[in-house]
Amino acid sequence: MNAVYLAQDPTLADFGKDPWWLVLGKIVFAFVFGLLATLLGVWFERRVVGRMAVRPGPNQVGPFGLLQTLADGLKMAFKEDILPRTADKVVFFFAPTISVICAVTALSVVPFGPMVSIFGHHTPLQVTDVSVAVLVILACSSMGIYGIVLGGWASGSTYPLLGGLRSSAQMISYEVAMGLSIVAVFMTAGTMSTSGIVAAQGDATRLTILGTEIPAPGWYAILLLPSFIIFFIATVGETNRAPFDLPEAESELVAGFMTEYSSLKFALFMLSEYVSMVTMSAVTTTLFLGGWRAPWPITLWSGANSGWWPMLWFFGKVLILVFVFVWLRGTLPRLRYDQFMRFGWKVLLPINLVWILVLSGLRSIEDWQTRDRLLATAIGAGVLLLATLFWPSRKKEPKPTVQEQVNSRPHGSFPLPPMDLQVPPSPRTKRVVAEREPANIAAGSDSREV
Amino acid sequence: MTTQTVLAEAASVGGGEAVTFWILAPLALIGAIGMVWARNAVHSALWLVLTMLCLGVFYVLQAGPFIGMVQIIVYTGAIMMLFLFVLMLVGRDASDSLIETLRGQRTAAIVLALGFAGLVGTGLFRALAGVTAIGLDKPNAEGNVQGIARLLFTKYVFAFELTSALLITAAVGAMVLAHVERRKEDRMDQVATMKARFRPGSYPGPKPGPGVFATSSSVATPARLPDGRLTDRSIPEILPVRELTAEETSLKGTDKK
Repeated sequence: MNAVYLAQDPTLADFGKDPWWLVLGKIVFAFVFGLLATLLGVWFERRVVGRMAVRPGPNQVGPFGLLQTLADGLKMAFKEDILPRTADKVVFFFAPTISVICAVTALSVVPFGPMVSIFGHHTPLQVTDVSVAVLVILACSSMGIYGIVLGGWASGSTYPLLGGLRSSAQMISYEVAMGLSIVAVFMTAGTMSTSGIVAAQGDATRLTILGTEIPAPGWYAILLLPSFIIFFIATVGETNRAPFDLPEAESELVAGFMTEYSSLKFALFMLSEYVSMVTMSAVTTTLFLGGWRAPWPITLWSGANSGWWPMLWFFGKVLILVFVFVWLRGTLPRLRYDQFMRFGWKVLLPINLVWILVLSGLRSIEDWQTRDRLLATAIGAGVLLLATLFWPSRKKEPKPTVQEQVNSRPHGSFPLPPMDLQVPPSPRTKRVVAEREPANIAAGSDSREV
Repeated sequence: MTTQTVLAEAASVGGGEAVTFWILAPLALIGAIGMVWARNAVHSALWLVLTMLCLGVFYVLQAGPFIGMVQIIVYTGAIMMLFLFVLMLVGRDASDSLIETLRGQRTAAIVLALGFAGLVGTGLFRALAGVTAIGLDKPNAEGNVQGIARLLFTKYVFAFELTSALLITAAVGAMVLAHVERRKEDRMDQVATMKARFRPGSYPGPKPGPGVFATSSSVATPARLPDGRLTDRSIPEILPVRELTAEETSLKGTDKK
């Protein structure tokens, strides 16, 4: 039993030993997972946003409207495929496929579960894993943006071009923040393989509170909270979801990069958006939320992290993250472009760099003696204290009263009404009354109203 | 990692590696040729992306997964994206003009390119003739990423830091060159812009209406400002104020006698 338990965590050596049918099965599973997640994800998003907007959402096709997306997809397939006259035909055709391929490929290195037994083969629930799996995900997400940028460029009209331009700038700036927040994970886990990162998050440190031993989660979302927050924000930027959906800002750019797309090509863009949302949720789960590992109360049951059960926890976590995506969309308004760029470069990036510096400092004093460690911490804290003490403060000036504001207006300004204005009775009112008075006199019987 | 070490076995090329190479190597060459031949700048960039992707896969094949992935992320993902950004800013109809300004430029270029390729080819061939490949098994023993990290932070730390300093210098230099110097007092922030819009004489709102003091709703009646003064701005310029002449007011002689 113990040996079986130990063998739950797959290592890199466990990959590349499957027979071909098992590899094919895993690939098909990951692909179908992406497609199904899109079908259900669109429905989920519309229902949840509908609920947030106090309206029912799609509820006509199938039970609870579940088949609405399927109906929409079929409808799209039968629509006319329009190719704009000014479009660059080859690039226009390939752009949506690039997006979809890259979004789905990233799923191949996401661990769905631990080692399981499939028809007698002991194999990890993951298509494959390499020593640089997280970089594969990053590469996929950065190549996926090509679809959007090229689609915008190849459409040959202005709004898509603007959408594509925005997307390329957005991707470059937010991928930097994303990569830097993963650095903290690499430093803590000591590996870049996704299965290794999930295994590293399993080593729960035990806290003793009031005599009971509670395993504190080794999840990096808690240990590396700043990285987690920045990573998730960058993820939203990378998947072009609201509030960072500037490439397809429908109130400014019609539909942005996909304005000229119709029929199946449009469906492919929709597919890639939802698949990448699910993929990014899965990656966030893997990197920061312990992957397929069960959260605390469930871990009291010893079989929680073995067999097929972990897949359920994994899907649960992904679902929660997708809900957060939808929640953000239902809550936050879209950022202005310059605010968005400033946020990425001037807020996320510096915080990330400082956090990595602090983290590496903490890691390097880990092995020191207690006295040295205290000294190092004290020096760091002292520097921080001095910095806050001498930070130039921006004191707000007291707000002037209304009379002061009025007096300080330059000569020739637009006049203001006097402060003690008494509105005189309108002369017109009097006249109307005066004109009506004769009408009150009883008229002769022969007079007729016209 | 096992697959990569297997693939990088010294002096023996695995079947998978050979197949991948023979598929991707022609693609990489086509990409390189297409980059030169494409007339459209964006097409050119896309061919280059293809070549870079193939190169990335080659690195992975040859037991360098880290450098392969970094090639894809940094070069195709970020740098080519910047290229595309600039090309899209230039405009999509910007194609190369085929008018040669230098006489015999094309012939000279072909001759020089062939000569250069010959030089590099023979140089490489002679240099590698007696070399037996030992593979990357030893440096990759602890893992590819760890091996690179160890080298970068011990043996090559100075060169690495110098390179990064050079890159930062280049970036700062580009920023300095592209920077448009503006004095601080010339810069209009949002508040200043707003104040300029509302400065005396350029009130941006709608023309004042007749208001509570008005005695007539005629278009020709000047409106009153909030403090009670009359303003001419409410009278449309298309209606010039004029007195009717005696001739205009006199009878035209068209009425019945």
